Amino acid sequence: MKIPVGSGPVRLSLVESEDEESVRTVVRTLLADRCASDDVAAASDGRHGLSAPLWRSLAVDLGLAGLLVPEEAGGAGAGAREAGTVLEELGSAVAPVPFLTSAVIATSALVHLMSAESADQHAVRDTLAAAASGGSVLTLLLPWSTDPSGPVFTVREEPDGLRGEATPVAGADAGTFLVPALGADGAGLWLVDRAAVQVTPAVALDMTRPLATVRLDGAPARLVVRGPAAEEAVRTGLLTGAGVLASEQVGLAQWCLAETVSYLTVRRQFGRVVGGFQAIKHRLADLHIAVEGARAAARYAAATLADEPDDAPVAVAVAASVCGEVAVRAAEECVQLHGGIGMTWEHPAHLRLKRAVADQVALGTPVRHRARLGGLVGIVPDGECR
Amino acid sequence: MTVDKLCARVAELLRTYPPATTDASVFHRAQFDAGLAWVHFPEGLGGLGLARDLQDVVDTELRAVGAPVNPAGHVGIGVGMAAPTILAFGTPEQRSRYLRPLWLGEEVWCQLFSEPGAGSDLAAVATRAVREGGHWVVNGQKVWTSSAHVARFAILLARTDPEVPKHRGLSYFILDMSAPGVEVRPLRQITGEAEFNEVFLTDVRMPDTARLGAVGDGWKVANATLSSERVAIGGDQARRESGMISKVAELWREHPEVRGAAVHDRVMERWVAAEVFRLTGARLRQRLATGAPGFEGAAMKVMFADLAQSISLLELELDPDAALLYDDWALVRPASVDFLSRGPGYRYLRAKGNSIEGGTSEVLRTIVAERVLGLPGEARVDKDVPWKKVPR
Repeated sequence: MKIPVGSGPVRLSLVESEDEESVRTVVRTLLADRCASDDVAAASDGRHGLSAPLWRSLAVDLGLAGLLVPEEAGGAGAGAREAGTVLEELGSAVAPVPFLTSAVIATSALVHLMSAESADQHAVRDTLAAAASGGSVLTLLLPWSTDPSGPVFTVREEPDGLRGEATPVAGADAGTFLVPALGADGAGLWLVDRAAVQVTPAVALDMTRPLATVRLDGAPARLVVRGPAAEEAVRTGLLTGAGVLASEQVGLAQWCLAETVSYLTVRRQFGRVVGGFQAIKHRLADLHIAVEGARAAARYAAATLADEPDDAPVAVAVAASVCGEVAVRAAEECVQLHGGIGMTWEHPAHLRLKRAVADQVALGTPVRHRARLGGLVGIVPDGECR
Repeated sequence: MTVDKLCARVAELLRTYPPATTDASVFHRAQFDAGLAWVHFPEGLGGLGLARDLQDVVDTELRAVGAPVNPAGHVGIGVGMAAPTILAFGTPEQRSRYLRPLWLGEEVWCQLFSEPGAGSDLAAVATRAVREGGHWVVNGQKVWTSSAHVARFAILLARTDPEVPKHRGLSYFILDMSAPGVEVRPLRQITGEAEFNEVFLTDVRMPDTARLGAVGDGWKVANATLSSERVAIGGDQARRESGMISKVAELWREHPEVRGAAVHDRVMERWVAAEVFRLTGARLRQRLATGAPGFEGAAMKVMFADLAQSISLLELELDPDAALLYDDWALVRPASVDFLSRGPGYRYLRAKGNSIEGGTSEVLRTIVAERVLGLPGEARVDKDVPWKKVPR
């Protein structure tokens, strides 16, 4: 069995560059000013007042909507490393913005099509330009739990338009849906305006990433591409999304660890600082070790997506299977080690716990990623091994 | 010195001593004298006073032309622990006496630190060194000493003043292992082999010139040695699916009878954990190259121990018939640990030591919690008490 790529010592940089750190600082500063926990928590009571203005600032003022769009198409021409850095900060703050769904997943699918001859380049470039300027928000019409090798056709192309339903869809407050559909002429990828679909918002466990059921009943649509390129584009979007979601999970886990350490160095019981008890110290040391492992895996996934795409499927599967679990563990430890206050609505720990649990399912559960990874490296459950 | 100039120096060595026609020991002496043994050491001591990572440039160039590898130069207590300590604390005479034969492997070194009563609490060592004129007389027992049976010299931590608190009464010495009164006995482990020894020291006389660092400064000197050990443990550069996980992967691929849907995810969990460990090590090395703080070596070692133990246990479970057998209980004296050439039972048993040797995982977790996370220190009931008054 030959392991084709990524088998030598690691050559890609796993350390944050100065450019990435300056992106981080800008995003962090804006979030500290504009994304207060109380406002984030209000989303669960149906008050979404924070989201639109915050996204406008991130998308337009900082230009993050076009981060992954090539310069020739009106964007910043950055890559997955920068997107990962942004997501660490967005995950840390559990910011309720559609960066991942629109500026990463849907955008990566369309950017992939810029080099596909069969694609309608006007449709691709118009849509990317509108998204990069922050003028429109996109989302890929698929259940949010779809992993990069999962089924991607939930919608049918009929003579009178697109028909079908996807649920639960993340980022369903988007203005434009990118819809993979199967029809008599094979696979296609379509653009559908929000006005043409029926969106039924769901009550989500993590209300900071709104979910909805989206129905198409003969919706009019603009064709972007037909044939194998349609599915390739969707899978590129999902793979990129799963790869940088790992960075969001690392950002979230780091927040939980830092917040817990900081609380436990002041909280006193039995006349002592609680963080001085060895039972607590060792749990936090283990959590730190796990977070550092997750960080290395997430950075490697982003680095391969940017610079060594042949190894990206393995790297993403590794990161996705480990970072989701570490984020949930960090959030659980954060709630537990805060004691009673961690169980309250007032304390921001619950926002991270809910996001962490939802993120662990998003774009494929750890078990599914490991199953996929087994196929990639020739360790399969039954039958013949390659 | 630029990389170009360094490469030119390597080329000059290869021109003067063509590896194909030069005896390996002659080549290595020339390599040392050209400052290409460990380039971060000073000139005249095998180095050129360059950054540590430039040694990779030299080694890559030498490997490329098939120059003889110096195994003694890259493993072991000598290069990993004794050498950096001698460099940091040794006198000019000590440096020029010991470093060259050490790197060349002509003189093997061992470490006389741990004792039956001083494991994790290393500063509690009870081996006494008493001054008699220009000499020291040593009495005590050391344990877990690898290579003691072949070593020419040892780095020795001994108590020179029992009247002061434990950290302050220690001194650090270079012990001649051939001196009268040094007795080495093999220490058999749960694997059947004896990698380590017990060393009994009875009225062993050392000259005062064998001391490394000031009298009473032994703890400071020992800490320099130990931080080198942890970097050495956490810092090797691995390939994907290398180490213990390679055995599990091989078993899975070549033996269909071990495969099962239920156990597949557990195998993949370990595979992922091994890859995460590899990536974490790579990231740590990249950060150390830019001067980031070094306590993360403790974190790496905890991660490694957990990984080795969980993989080797799963390997036993995967292949139950093999798990009931053992390859060989004979008392052998391996020069180094080779997990991969032995059976699964050996791997499992030997991996139990990974969370004990070089700092237990418990002590290392405490280090991570205090040094990296900034949590409060443990209560130290013996801190300000004269060593001889501490209950033991």
